Amino acid sequence: MLDTLMLSRMQFAANISFHILFPTITIALCWFVFFFKLRFDQTDNPVWMRAYRFWVKVLALTFAIGVVSGITMSFQFGTNWPGFMETVGNVAGPLLGYEVLTAFFLEATFLGIMLFGMHRVPSKVHTFSALMVAVGTTLSAFWILALNSWMQTPSGYTMIDGVVHVVSWWDVIFNPSFPYRLAHMLVASGLTAAFFVAGISAYRILKGDTKKAPRLALKAGLVIAAILAPTQALLGDFHGLNTLQHQPQKVAAMEAVWHTEKSAPLLLFAIPDEENKTNHFEIGIPGLASLILTHDIDGEIKGLTEFGDNHPPVKPVFYGFRIMVGMGMLMWCVAWFGCYQVRGQREASPFALKLISWMTFSGWVATLAGWYVTETGRQPWLVTDVLLTADAVTSTPASHVGLSLAMYLIVYAFLLWAYIHTLRLMARKSVTVEEFETQSPTGDSTLSPTTISGNSRPVNQGANL
Amino acid sequence: MNDAHWLPIIFVGLTGLAVVVYAILDGYDLGVGILLPMDSPAEPHRDTMIASIGPFWDANETWLVLAIGLILIAFPAAHSVILTNLYLPVAVMLIGLIMRGVAFDFRAKAAIDHKLAWDRCFKFGSLLTTFSQGYMLGMYVMGFQTHWMSQLFAILSAFGVTAAYSYIGGAWLIMKTEGALQEKAVRWTRNSGRATFAGVIAVSVVNPLVNPGVFNRWFDFPLVMFVLLIPALCFFAFIFNDILLARLPKAKDRHCWLPFVMVIGIFVLCFSALAFSFFPDIVPGQMTIWEAASAPKSLMFILWGAIVVIPVILMYTALSYKIFHGKATELHYH
Repeated sequence: MLDTLMLSRMQFAANISFHILFPTITIALCWFVFFFKLRFDQTDNPVWMRAYRFWVKVLALTFAIGVVSGITMSFQFGTNWPGFMETVGNVAGPLLGYEVLTAFFLEATFLGIMLFGMHRVPSKVHTFSALMVAVGTTLSAFWILALNSWMQTPSGYTMIDGVVHVVSWWDVIFNPSFPYRLAHMLVASGLTAAFFVAGISAYRILKGDTKKAPRLALKAGLVIAAILAPTQALLGDFHGLNTLQHQPQKVAAMEAVWHTEKSAPLLLFAIPDEENKTNHFEIGIPGLASLILTHDIDGEIKGLTEFGDNHPPVKPVFYGFRIMVGMGMLMWCVAWFGCYQVRGQREASPFALKLISWMTFSGWVATLAGWYVTETGRQPWLVTDVLLTADAVTSTPASHVGLSLAMYLIVYAFLLWAYIHTLRLMARKSVTVEEFETQSPTGDSTLSPTTISGNSRPVNQGANL
Repeated sequence: MNDAHWLPIIFVGLTGLAVVVYAILDGYDLGVGILLPMDSPAEPHRDTMIASIGPFWDANETWLVLAIGLILIAFPAAHSVILTNLYLPVAVMLIGLIMRGVAFDFRAKAAIDHKLAWDRCFKFGSLLTTFSQGYMLGMYVMGFQTHWMSQLFAILSAFGVTAAYSYIGGAWLIMKTEGALQEKAVRWTRNSGRATFAGVIAVSVVNPLVNPGVFNRWFDFPLVMFVLLIPALCFFAFIFNDILLARLPKAKDRHCWLPFVMVIGIFVLCFSALAFSFFPDIVPGQMTIWEAASAPKSLMFILWGAIVVIPVILMYTALSYKIFHGKATELHYH
């Protein structure tokens, strides 16, 4: 069964799954870090600077893994999916091009200034650099989600000799599912980063950190999570309505609705049976799926059988959706509980801190599950009604793809371990040592020592922390 | 002249620009990685060397994404042919890039006893990346033939690119460091410069011999009188640089920037020679830029964006180099 197509799909899934972990954190973490720096500029309170100093290091590490795993992505199209660029290159090429031109250079260059330039530029310029990094990552999300949404719900194009040609760029970019998907993903990133910040801060406090900075970060993370979790539920609902309109077969698979029915139940649990086109062990709430999806308790949901073979595999979509929603609900509860715990100047209970630190990577689970739902839900199409996944794959021998997949998996497993291990190490180190300088050039400062060529100074630790 | 004719020419020019800028910029930071001395007393030197590329490496790698992106945008058919043929070396290069990129950040944050391991990872990743890039360049020039002659040529090219990146990396270090490390860098640069020189000569001899089209292109009278300026200039640049390096470092650190500028010149000349050998083929001997080009409408859409955005990119890139101008010993992380 492991032919080039299956191996290529696995490799793409492995690459994109590993990659998305890091941007999901950094897109929003950049804004957190910018916020910490801005608050320091405004208040001159060194606690904000300490929070900045810790989180900018975490950001640098996360960003680096995101960058290098992203480079892999830009090669995947050519190496494994040549049919993709040959058929829809006229759309995909310029959108990816704009991502590189408007986002990648911006974030990469200003990240350099942000990480290494604090003592070389005025504080305001430094804060501006942090802002540019945040703008860059968000722009990057804009372009890549425009392309992904176009693959889900293509518009603004015409087919000439089997190749997609653009009729209207506006319609290509602002295709029907784009605004919903972009909003859903940006908020997902916000939630992921909020729990990430809150979780690691809670871990620090649990390990005996008595300083103010982790408490500040914990509160910031919890408050933002508490606001974003219900927002995400609302956005998810809008996105679902949009999907029902444009990709009804995906929604049918998400809800495992085999035969068109009115007043469909919301299945809390079931084991979909692809062969007999039915579900086993159903536990559901009558009418709720119809109510959620059509905002009418008697609303009709089209069943999978109406689409013939033109529908995605049901199990991964069905389970993925439940994992995403379940995790979202859990995050909502924990965020509100956590906010209640730290209200005023109160200290969170050890139980709450443990709970929050266990939820550090909860955003990863929800985000990955969500992406599996939407990407698997598009199958068998690579670009809905335009290009089948099977038609885009490379002719490279399966053994080569298998070899590269094995290499990637080994590297990714190792890196994921190293990343989490290092985060833990950094958190622990920050408990005992006040390793961070609290002074930086303040608002009105002139250029700190930058004119340095010529005069020799002692060799110092360079890239050491 | 219609859009379908001149747009591919503009885009092949932009792609060429992105490739040569990538080779120069990531060339120096890969070179620094290759040159990393691994003996334990050299740890402070390693710190300074890596600090010297700290603010830049991420943006440097972005030029690779831009180059591959431009081929993908403008010449999707060529993109598929090139990357399908280079499947395994591309995978190896990506692993190398991942290793060095993460090692860079992990080394600063890991426990002290793991730092050396990450430094090894950084050096090995840089070597792997460089070597596979050189191999791919060789395969590309040979039109992706698989017999042993072209494999041999590709391996020769891999060594050549490794020498060239060490050359520019060393020159970068002469500019960005001082004291004992700078003296070391002068030695490294001189040696790798000579190796690069040998590599360039070998490639220049073999390439026209095995590619008849290239031979005719170069030795076409009377053009030959003019185009031979490229190898002539390149030759003098190598010799001049070698003599200069013998006299570095000078008092008050005069001319410490000059080797780097000379190597940039050599890179540009070598790249022009390669481009001249194959234009207008985008895949040598197989596909011209017009055969591989995307629809004019798509090219137009991205061209307008590029005209607006690229000058802005160049501006803030220049700003970044201005901010971090001077010796790398002054660089702190965060």
